[in-house]
Amino acid sequence: MTEPTEVLDCRGQRCPLPVIALARRLPELPVGAVLRVLADDPAAAVDIPAWCRMRGQHFVAAVPDTPAYDVRRTH
Amino acid sequence: MSPTPVYLDAATAAPLHPVARQALLAALDDGWADPGRLYSQARRARQLLDAAREATAATLGVRADELSFTPSGTTAAHGAVLGGLAGRRRVGATLVHSAIEHSAVLHAAERHVAGGGAAVGVPVDRLGRLDLSAWSEAVRAPGVALAALIAASHEVGTVQPVARAAADCADAGVPLYVDAAQVVGRAPVPAGWSVLTASAHKWGGPPGVGLLVVRKGTRWESPWPADERESGRTPGVVDLPAVVAAAASLRAAAADAAAEAARLAPLVDRIRARVAAEVPDVEVVGDPVDRLPHLVTFSCLYVDGEVLLHALDRRGFAVSSGSSCTSSTLRPSHVLEAMGVLSHGNVRVSLHRETTEAEVERFLAELPGIVAELRAEAGVVGL
Repeated sequence: MTEPTEVLDCRGQRCPLPVIALARRLPELPVGAVLRVLADDPAAAVDIPAWCRMRGQHFVAAVPDTPAYDVRRTH
Repeated sequence: MSPTPVYLDAATAAPLHPVARQALLAALDDGWADPGRLYSQARRARQLLDAAREATAATLGVRADELSFTPSGTTAAHGAVLGGLAGRRRVGATLVHSAIEHSAVLHAAERHVAGGGAAVGVPVDRLGRLDLSAWSEAVRAPGVALAALIAASHEVGTVQPVARAAADCADAGVPLYVDAAQVVGRAPVPAGWSVLTASAHKWGGPPGVGLLVVRKGTRWESPWPADERESGRTPGVVDLPAVVAAAASLRAAAADAAAEAARLAPLVDRIRARVAAEVPDVEVVGDPVDRLPHLVTFSCLYVDGEVLLHALDRRGFAVSSGSSCTSSTLRPSHVLEAMGVLSHGNVRVSLHRETTEAEVERFLAELPGIVAELRAEAGVVGL
Protein backbone atom coordinates (compact mmCIF):
# COMPACT_ATOMS: atom_id res chain seq x y z
CA MET A 1 0.00 0.00 0.00
CA THR A 2 1.32 3.46 -1.00
CA GLU A 3 1.99 5.85 1.86
CA PRO A 4 -0.28 8.85 1.41
CA THR A 5 1.17 12.33 1.00
CA GLU A 6 -1.54 13.71 3.25
CA VAL A 7 -4.55 12.54 5.25
CA LEU A 8 -7.87 14.33 5.17
CA ASP A 9 -10.13 13.50 8.11
CA CYS A 10 -13.79 13.62 7.04
CA ARG A 11 -15.08 11.16 9.61
CA GLY A 12 -18.50 12.12 10.90
CA GLN A 13 -19.27 14.09 7.73
CA ARG A 14 -22.18 13.10 5.51
CA CYS A 15 -21.90 12.93 1.73
CA PRO A 16 -21.33 15.05 -0.30
CA LEU A 17 -19.06 16.78 2.28
CA PRO A 18 -16.12 14.31 2.05
CA VAL A 19 -16.18 14.56 -1.76
CA ILE A 20 -16.24 18.36 -1.54
CA ALA A 21 -13.27 18.32 0.86
CA LEU A 22 -11.40 16.03 -1.54
CA ALA A 23 -12.20 18.28 -4.49
CA ARG A 24 -10.89 21.32 -2.58
CA ARG A 25 -7.68 19.76 -1.32
CA LEU A 26 -6.41 17.52 -4.14
CA PRO A 27 -5.66 20.34 -6.64
CA GLU A 28 -3.51 22.03 -3.97
CA LEU A 29 -1.20 19.01 -3.81
CA PRO A 30 1.50 18.34 -6.44
CA VAL A 31 0.70 16.05 -9.37
CA GLY A 32 1.48 12.46 -8.29
CA ALA A 33 0.62 13.10 -4.64
CA VAL A 34 -1.75 10.68 -2.87
CA LEU A 35 -4.47 12.06 -0.63
CA ARG A 36 -6.04 9.68 1.86
CA VAL A 37 -9.65 10.58 2.72
CA LEU A 38 -11.00 9.17 5.98
CA ALA A 39 -14.77 9.02 5.57
CA ASP A 40 -17.20 6.80 7.45
CA ASP A 41 -20.35 7.79 5.54
CA PRO A 42 -21.14 4.64 3.51
CA ALA A 43 -21.87 6.78 0.45
CA ALA A 44 -18.17 7.77 0.30
CA ALA A 45 -17.30 4.26 -0.89
CA VAL A 46 -19.36 4.93 -4.02
CA ASP A 47 -18.93 8.66 -4.42
CA ILE A 48 -15.14 9.02 -4.08
CA PRO A 49 -14.41 6.58 -6.95
CA ALA A 50 -17.23 8.20 -8.97
CA TRP A 51 -15.72 11.65 -8.41
CA CYS A 52 -12.31 10.38 -9.57
CA ARG A 53 -13.90 9.01 -12.74
CA MET A 54 -15.76 12.27 -13.43
CA ARG A 55 -12.65 14.39 -12.78
CA GLY A 56 -10.10 12.11 -14.44
CA GLN A 57 -8.19 11.60 -11.17
CA HIS A 58 -6.86 8.21 -10.11
CA PHE A 59 -8.71 6.25 -7.44
CA VAL A 60 -5.88 4.19 -5.95
CA ALA A 61 -7.87 1.98 -3.56
CA ALA A 62 -10.04 1.74 -0.52
CA VAL A 63 -7.73 1.09 2.44
CA PRO A 64 -8.60 -2.36 3.80
CA ASP A 65 -10.38 -2.54 7.17
CA THR A 66 -10.73 1.22 7.54
CA PRO A 67 -13.12 3.78 6.18
CA ALA A 68 -10.33 5.37 4.10
CA TYR A 69 -9.81 5.98 0.38
CA ASP A 70 -6.60 6.90 -1.48
CA VAL A 71 -6.71 9.25 -4.46
CA ARG A 72 -3.73 10.21 -6.62
CA ARG A 73 -3.60 13.56 -8.38
CA THR A 74 -2.92 12.78 -12.05
CA HIS A 75 -3.28 16.25 -13.61
CA MET B 1 -48.42 31.97 -4.14
CA SER B 2 -47.26 28.37 -4.19
CA PRO B 3 -46.31 26.97 -7.60
CA THR B 4 -48.58 24.53 -9.48
CA PRO B 5 -47.66 21.01 -8.33
CA VAL B 6 -45.88 18.81 -10.89
CA TYR B 7 -45.91 15.17 -9.80
CA LEU B 8 -42.94 13.26 -11.23
CA ASP B 9 -42.75 10.19 -8.99
CA ALA B 10 -44.92 7.63 -10.79
CA ALA B 11 -42.37 4.88 -10.08
CA THR B 12 -43.29 5.22 -6.40
CA ALA B 13 -47.03 5.61 -6.96
CA ALA B 14 -48.82 6.68 -10.13
CA PRO B 15 -51.83 8.98 -9.67
CA LEU B 16 -55.09 7.04 -9.49
CA HIS B 17 -56.36 6.25 -13.01
CA PRO B 18 -59.90 7.65 -13.58
CA VAL B 19 -61.07 4.12 -14.44
CA ALA B 20 -59.75 2.93 -11.06
CA ARG B 21 -61.66 5.66 -9.27
CA GLN B 22 -64.94 4.74 -11.00
CA ALA B 23 -64.48 1.03 -10.37
CA LEU B 24 -63.47 1.61 -6.76
CA LEU B 25 -66.55 3.70 -6.00
CA ALA B 26 -68.88 1.19 -7.69
CA ALA B 27 -67.28 -1.76 -5.90
CA LEU B 28 -67.50 -0.05 -2.50
CA ASP B 29 -71.28 -0.25 -2.86
CA ASP B 30 -71.38 -3.63 -4.50
CA GLY B 31 -68.36 -5.62 -3.32
CA TRP B 32 -68.12 -5.28 0.44
CA ALA B 33 -69.19 -8.82 1.37
CA ASP B 34 -66.79 -11.73 1.93
CA PRO B 35 -66.60 -13.61 -1.40
CA GLY B 36 -66.17 -16.90 0.47
CA ARG B 37 -69.68 -17.00 1.99
CA LEU B 38 -72.90 -18.56 0.73
CA TYR B 39 -75.49 -15.83 0.40
CA SER B 40 -76.41 -13.46 -2.38
CA GLN B 41 -74.20 -10.53 -1.25
CA ALA B 42 -71.23 -12.89 -1.08
CA ARG B 43 -72.03 -14.35 -4.49
CA ARG B 44 -72.04 -10.83 -5.93
CA ALA B 45 -68.64 -10.20 -4.33
CA ARG B 46 -67.39 -13.53 -5.72
CA GLN B 47 -68.51 -12.54 -9.22
CA LEU B 48 -66.60 -9.27 -8.94
CA LEU B 49 -63.47 -11.02 -7.69
CA ASP B 50 -63.65 -13.70 -10.41
CA ALA B 51 -64.14 -11.05 -13.09
CA ALA B 52 -61.18 -9.03 -11.74
CA ARG B 53 -59.00 -12.14 -11.78
CA GLU B 54 -60.05 -13.13 -15.31
CA ALA B 55 -59.40 -9.64 -16.64
CA THR B 56 -56.01 -9.31 -14.96
CA ALA B 57 -54.91 -12.79 -16.01
CA ALA B 58 -55.96 -12.05 -19.60
CA THR B 59 -53.90 -8.82 -19.60
CA LEU B 60 -50.86 -10.70 -18.29
CA GLY B 61 -51.43 -13.66 -20.61
CA VAL B 62 -51.66 -16.19 -17.77
CA ARG B 63 -54.34 -18.56 -16.44
CA ALA B 64 -56.72 -17.12 -13.85
CA ASP B 65 -55.87 -19.83 -11.33
CA GLU B 66 -52.19 -18.91 -11.56
CA LEU B 67 -52.91 -15.39 -10.25
CA SER B 68 -53.41 -14.33 -6.63
CA PHE B 69 -54.15 -10.83 -5.35
CA THR B 70 -51.99 -9.88 -2.35
CA PRO B 71 -52.28 -7.01 0.15
CA SER B 72 -49.35 -5.15 -1.52
CA GLY B 73 -46.58 -5.49 -4.06
CA THR B 74 -44.18 -5.97 -1.15
CA THR B 75 -46.12 -8.96 0.21
CA ALA B 76 -46.23 -10.40 -3.29
CA ALA B 77 -42.43 -10.09 -3.58
CA HIS B 78 -41.91 -11.62 -0.14
CA GLY B 79 -44.23 -14.50 -1.03
CA ALA B 80 -42.54 -15.02 -4.41
CA VAL B 81 -39.07 -15.31 -2.87
CA LEU B 82 -39.87 -17.23 0.30
CA GLY B 83 -42.45 -19.50 -1.37
CA GLY B 84 -40.14 -20.22 -4.31
CA LEU B 85 -37.36 -21.18 -1.90
CA ALA B 86 -39.67 -23.24 0.33
CA GLY B 87 -41.01 -25.19 -2.65
CA ARG B 88 -37.52 -26.28 -3.65
CA ARG B 89 -35.90 -26.77 -0.28
CA ARG B 90 -35.11 -30.40 -1.14
CA VAL B 91 -33.00 -29.22 -4.08
CA GLY B 92 -31.06 -26.61 -2.15
CA ALA B 93 -31.16 -23.43 -0.10
CA THR B 94 -29.50 -20.88 -2.39
CA LEU B 95 -31.23 -17.84 -3.82
CA VAL B 96 -29.49 -16.18 -6.79
CA HIS B 97 -30.53 -12.56 -7.35
CA SER B 98 -29.29 -9.50 -9.21
CA ALA B 99 -27.58 -6.84 -7.11
CA ILE B 100 -30.28 -4.36 -8.11
CA GLU B 101 -33.44 -6.12 -6.93
CA HIS B 102 -36.09 -4.12 -5.10
CA SER B 103 -35.50 -3.90 -1.35
CA ALA B 104 -38.60 -6.09 -0.78
CA VAL B 105 -36.79 -8.93 -2.56
CA LEU B 106 -33.53 -8.26 -0.73
CA HIS B 107 -35.29 -8.16 2.63
CA ALA B 108 -36.89 -11.53 1.91
CA ALA B 109 -33.41 -12.78 0.95
CA GLU B 110 -32.06 -11.51 4.30
CA ARG B 111 -34.80 -13.43 6.10
CA HIS B 112 -33.85 -16.55 4.14
CA VAL B 113 -30.16 -16.13 5.03
CA ALA B 114 -31.01 -15.48 8.71
CA GLY B 115 -32.84 -18.82 8.68
CA GLY B 116 -29.74 -20.65 7.47
CA GLY B 117 -30.14 -20.24 3.70
CA ALA B 118 -27.74 -18.64 1.27
CA ALA B 119 -28.07 -15.74 -1.16
CA VAL B 120 -25.77 -14.92 -4.07
CA GLY B 121 -25.91 -11.43 -5.59
CA VAL B 122 -25.01 -11.09 -9.27
CA PRO B 123 -23.36 -7.79 -10.27
CA VAL B 124 -24.44 -5.26 -12.89
CA ASP B 125 -22.31 -2.98 -15.07
CA ARG B 126 -22.04 0.83 -14.95
CA LEU B 127 -25.33 1.13 -16.90
CA GLY B 128 -27.14 -1.20 -14.52
CA ARG B 129 -27.24 -4.21 -16.88
CA LEU B 130 -27.03 -7.71 -15.42
CA ASP B 131 -23.67 -9.48 -15.83
CA LEU B 132 -25.04 -12.41 -17.82
CA SER B 133 -21.94 -14.59 -17.61
CA ALA B 134 -21.86 -14.25 -13.80
CA TRP B 135 -25.60 -14.96 -13.73
CA SER B 136 -25.21 -18.04 -15.92
CA GLU B 137 -22.48 -19.37 -13.64
CA ALA B 138 -24.40 -18.57 -10.45
CA VAL B 139 -27.64 -20.31 -11.46
CA ARG B 140 -25.72 -23.43 -12.58
CA ALA B 141 -24.04 -23.87 -9.20
CA PRO B 142 -25.29 -26.80 -7.12
CA GLY B 143 -28.07 -26.17 -4.60
CA VAL B 144 -29.77 -23.20 -6.28
CA ALA B 145 -33.47 -23.24 -5.37
CA LEU B 146 -34.61 -19.99 -7.01
CA ALA B 147 -33.32 -17.10 -9.10
CA ALA B 148 -34.75 -13.56 -8.89
CA LEU B 149 -34.39 -10.85 -11.53
CA ILE B 150 -36.13 -7.49 -11.71
CA ALA B 151 -37.61 -6.93 -15.19
CA ALA B 152 -36.39 -3.33 -15.27
CA SER B 153 -34.69 -1.29 -12.59
CA HIS B 154 -37.12 0.78 -10.54
CA GLU B 155 -34.32 3.20 -9.71
CA VAL B 156 -32.49 3.78 -12.99
CA GLY B 157 -34.85 2.32 -15.62
CA THR B 158 -32.41 -0.14 -17.21
CA VAL B 159 -34.31 -3.06 -18.77
CA GLN B 160 -32.79 -6.41 -17.83
CA PRO B 161 -32.05 -9.26 -20.27
CA VAL B 162 -34.86 -11.40 -18.84
CA ALA B 163 -35.19 -13.73 -21.85
CA ARG B 164 -31.48 -14.65 -21.77
CA ALA B 165 -31.43 -14.94 -17.99
CA ALA B 166 -34.52 -17.16 -18.21
CA ALA B 167 -32.81 -19.39 -20.79
CA ASP B 168 -29.90 -19.89 -18.38
CA CYS B 169 -32.35 -20.76 -15.60
CA ALA B 170 -34.17 -23.22 -17.87
CA ASP B 171 -30.86 -24.91 -18.76
CA ALA B 172 -30.01 -25.18 -15.07
CA GLY B 173 -33.53 -26.32 -14.11
CA VAL B 174 -33.93 -23.36 -11.74
CA PRO B 175 -37.24 -21.47 -11.59
CA LEU B 176 -37.03 -17.74 -12.29
CA TYR B 177 -38.93 -15.11 -10.31
CA VAL B 178 -39.39 -11.79 -12.15
CA ASP B 179 -40.34 -8.61 -10.27
CA ALA B 180 -42.28 -6.79 -12.99
CA ALA B 181 -43.54 -3.88 -10.89
CA GLN B 182 -42.27 -1.20 -13.28
CA VAL B 183 -43.26 -3.09 -16.42
CA VAL B 184 -46.82 -4.39 -15.90
CA GLY B 185 -49.24 -1.87 -17.42
CA ARG B 186 -46.45 -0.13 -19.34
CA ALA B 187 -44.72 -2.69 -21.55
CA PRO B 188 -45.12 -6.35 -22.52
CA VAL B 189 -44.03 -8.72 -19.76
CA PRO B 190 -41.03 -10.78 -20.88
CA ALA B 191 -41.45 -14.56 -21.18
CA GLY B 192 -39.64 -17.41 -19.48
CA TRP B 193 -40.47 -16.80 -15.82
CA SER B 194 -42.06 -19.17 -13.31
CA VAL B 195 -43.14 -16.63 -10.69
CA LEU B 196 -44.03 -12.98 -11.31
CA THR B 197 -45.13 -10.08 -9.12
CA ALA B 198 -46.47 -6.57 -9.69
CA SER B 199 -48.05 -3.73 -7.75
CA ALA B 200 -51.26 -1.88 -8.66
CA HIS B 201 -50.27 1.62 -7.57
CA LYS B 202 -47.40 1.59 -10.08
CA TRP B 203 -49.90 1.48 -13.02
CA GLY B 204 -52.55 3.83 -11.61
CA GLY B 205 -54.49 1.36 -9.48
CA PRO B 206 -55.03 1.95 -5.77
CA PRO B 207 -52.32 1.15 -3.21
CA GLY B 208 -52.76 -2.09 -1.30
CA VAL B 209 -53.05 -4.53 -4.21
CA GLY B 210 -50.21 -6.74 -5.39
CA LEU B 211 -50.17 -9.51 -7.99
CA LEU B 212 -48.48 -12.85 -7.41
CA VAL B 213 -48.46 -15.21 -10.38
CA VAL B 214 -47.18 -18.77 -10.02
CA ARG B 215 -47.10 -20.71 -13.31
CA LYS B 216 -48.55 -24.22 -13.37
CA GLY B 217 -45.93 -26.83 -12.56
CA THR B 218 -43.76 -24.48 -10.50
CA ARG B 219 -42.69 -25.85 -7.14
CA TRP B 220 -43.89 -23.06 -4.88
CA GLU B 221 -45.06 -23.47 -1.31
CA SER B 222 -46.76 -20.76 0.71
CA PRO B 223 -44.41 -19.36 3.38
CA TRP B 224 -47.39 -18.07 5.38
CA PRO B 225 -49.70 -19.83 7.87
CA ALA B 226 -52.38 -21.82 6.06
CA ASP B 227 -55.33 -19.94 4.56
CA GLU B 228 -57.67 -21.16 1.85
CA ARG B 229 -58.15 -17.83 0.09
CA GLU B 230 -56.37 -16.82 -3.13
CA SER B 231 -55.43 -20.44 -3.92
CA GLY B 232 -53.67 -20.63 -0.55
CA ARG B 233 -50.92 -18.29 -1.72
CA THR B 234 -51.61 -15.29 0.51
CA PRO B 235 -53.63 -15.14 3.72
CA GLY B 236 -56.53 -12.84 4.53
CA VAL B 237 -59.60 -11.58 2.75
CA VAL B 238 -58.73 -9.34 -0.22
CA ASP B 239 -59.63 -5.66 -0.35
CA LEU B 240 -62.18 -6.37 -3.06
CA PRO B 241 -63.04 -2.78 -4.10
CA ALA B 242 -59.31 -2.08 -4.48
CA VAL B 243 -58.80 -5.32 -6.42
CA VAL B 244 -61.67 -4.45 -8.78
CA ALA B 245 -60.18 -0.98 -9.29
CA ALA B 246 -56.72 -2.46 -9.87
CA ALA B 247 -58.06 -4.86 -12.51
CA ALA B 248 -60.05 -2.18 -14.33
CA SER B 249 -57.15 0.26 -14.38
CA LEU B 250 -54.67 -2.40 -15.50
CA ARG B 251 -56.83 -3.19 -18.49
CA ALA B 252 -57.05 0.53 -19.33
CA ALA B 253 -53.32 1.13 -18.78
CA ALA B 254 -52.31 -1.92 -20.83
CA ALA B 255 -54.59 -0.82 -23.69
CA ASP B 256 -52.85 2.58 -23.76
CA ALA B 257 -49.36 1.30 -22.92
CA ALA B 258 -47.85 1.41 -26.40
CA ALA B 259 -49.18 4.90 -27.10
CA GLU B 260 -48.09 6.14 -23.68
CA ALA B 261 -44.61 4.66 -24.10
CA ALA B 262 -44.35 6.37 -27.49
CA ARG B 263 -45.33 9.67 -25.87
CA LEU B 264 -43.21 9.42 -22.71
CA ALA B 265 -39.99 7.87 -24.09
CA PRO B 266 -39.10 11.01 -26.12
CA LEU B 267 -39.79 13.16 -23.03
CA VAL B 268 -37.33 11.01 -21.07
CA ASP B 269 -34.82 11.35 -23.95
CA ARG B 270 -35.29 15.10 -23.73
CA ILE B 271 -34.67 15.09 -19.96
CA ARG B 272 -31.55 12.93 -20.41
CA ALA B 273 -30.12 15.21 -23.08
CA ARG B 274 -31.05 18.57 -21.56
CA VAL B 275 -30.00 17.73 -18.00
CA ALA B 276 -26.62 16.51 -19.26
CA ALA B 277 -26.19 19.62 -21.40
CA GLU B 278 -27.56 22.30 -19.10
CA VAL B 279 -26.61 21.20 -15.59
CA PRO B 280 -22.82 21.22 -15.10
CA ASP B 281 -21.19 18.22 -13.41
CA VAL B 282 -24.15 15.92 -13.63
CA GLU B 283 -24.13 12.18 -14.22
CA VAL B 284 -27.22 10.86 -16.04
CA VAL B 285 -27.33 7.17 -15.16
CA GLY B 286 -28.90 3.99 -16.53
CA ASP B 287 -28.96 2.53 -20.03
CA PRO B 288 -29.78 5.34 -22.51
CA VAL B 289 -31.45 2.95 -24.98
CA ASP B 290 -32.59 -0.25 -23.30
CA ARG B 291 -34.67 1.43 -20.63
CA LEU B 292 -38.16 1.97 -19.29
CA PRO B 293 -40.14 4.57 -21.24
CA HIS B 294 -41.06 6.69 -18.23
CA LEU B 295 -38.11 6.87 -15.85
CA VAL B 296 -34.79 8.74 -15.70
CA THR B 297 -32.22 9.18 -12.94
CA PHE B 298 -29.30 11.60 -12.57
CA SER B 299 -26.87 12.72 -9.87
CA CYS B 300 -25.59 16.27 -9.32
CA LEU B 301 -22.01 16.52 -8.05
CA TYR B 302 -21.51 18.29 -4.68
CA VAL B 303 -25.27 18.63 -4.05
CA ASP B 304 -26.99 17.13 -1.01
CA GLY B 305 -29.85 14.93 -2.25
CA GLU B 306 -32.22 15.82 0.57
CA VAL B 307 -31.61 19.55 0.14
CA LEU B 308 -32.22 19.18 -3.60
CA LEU B 309 -35.50 17.32 -3.04
CA HIS B 310 -36.73 20.03 -0.68
CA ALA B 311 -35.68 22.78 -3.10
CA LEU B 312 -37.55 21.06 -5.93
CA ASP B 313 -40.58 20.54 -3.68
CA ARG B 314 -40.67 24.27 -2.90
CA ARG B 315 -40.92 24.89 -6.66
CA GLY B 316 -43.74 22.34 -6.91
CA PHE B 317 -41.78 19.32 -8.23
CA ALA B 318 -42.30 15.92 -6.59
CA VAL B 319 -39.41 13.54 -7.34
CA SER B 320 -37.58 10.85 -5.40
CA SER B 321 -33.91 10.17 -4.69
CA GLY B 322 -31.52 7.28 -4.07
CA SER B 323 -29.11 9.46 -2.06
CA SER B 324 -28.21 8.21 1.41
CA CYS B 325 -29.44 11.36 3.15
CA THR B 326 -32.94 10.73 1.81
CA SER B 327 -33.15 7.17 3.15
CA SER B 328 -34.13 6.20 6.66
CA THR B 329 -31.07 3.94 6.89
CA LEU B 330 -28.69 6.73 5.74
CA ARG B 331 -27.21 4.34 3.21
CA PRO B 332 -27.01 5.19 -0.47
CA SER B 333 -29.23 3.27 -2.86
CA HIS B 334 -27.87 -0.26 -3.30
CA VAL B 335 -28.68 0.10 -7.01
CA LEU B 336 -26.46 3.17 -7.50
CA GLU B 337 -23.84 1.46 -5.34
CA ALA B 338 -23.91 -1.70 -7.47
CA MET B 339 -23.53 0.40 -10.63
CA GLY B 340 -20.68 2.42 -9.14
CA VAL B 341 -22.26 5.75 -10.04
CA LEU B 342 -22.42 8.97 -8.04
CA SER B 343 -25.00 8.56 -5.30
CA HIS B 344 -25.25 12.02 -3.77
CA GLY B 345 -27.41 14.74 -5.35
CA ASN B 346 -29.49 11.98 -6.88
CA VAL B 347 -32.89 12.57 -8.47
CA ARG B 348 -35.27 10.05 -10.02
CA VAL B 349 -37.93 11.49 -12.32
CA SER B 350 -40.76 9.17 -13.38
CA LEU B 351 -43.58 10.20 -15.71
CA HIS B 352 -47.17 9.00 -15.98
CA ARG B 353 -50.28 9.39 -18.14
CA GLU B 354 -51.08 12.85 -16.75
CA THR B 355 -47.56 14.21 -17.29
CA THR B 356 -47.53 16.91 -19.97
CA GLU B 357 -44.75 18.19 -22.17
CA ALA B 358 -45.24 21.62 -20.56
CA GLU B 359 -44.55 20.14 -17.11
CA VAL B 360 -41.36 18.51 -18.33
CA GLU B 361 -40.31 21.78 -19.95
CA ARG B 362 -40.94 23.67 -16.72
CA PHE B 363 -38.84 21.16 -14.79
CA LEU B 364 -36.03 21.46 -17.34
CA ALA B 365 -36.22 25.24 -17.29
CA GLU B 366 -36.03 25.48 -13.48
CA LEU B 367 -33.63 22.66 -12.59
CA PRO B 368 -30.32 24.27 -13.71
CA GLY B 369 -31.04 27.40 -11.64
CA ILE B 370 -32.04 25.36 -8.58
CA VAL B 371 -28.84 23.28 -8.73
CA ALA B 372 -26.71 26.39 -9.34
CA GLU B 373 -28.28 28.13 -6.35
CA LEU B 374 -27.63 25.15 -4.04
CA ARG B 375 -24.03 24.93 -5.24
CA ALA B 376 -23.54 28.65 -4.66
CA GLU B 377 -24.97 28.33 -1.12
CA ALA B 378 -22.65 25.39 -0.41
CA GLY B 379 -19.66 27.28 -1.81
CA VAL B 380 -18.74 24.51 -4.25
CA VAL B 381 -18.91 26.45 -7.54
CA GLY B 382 -15.79 25.87 -9.65
CA LEU B 383 -14.57 22.84 -7.69
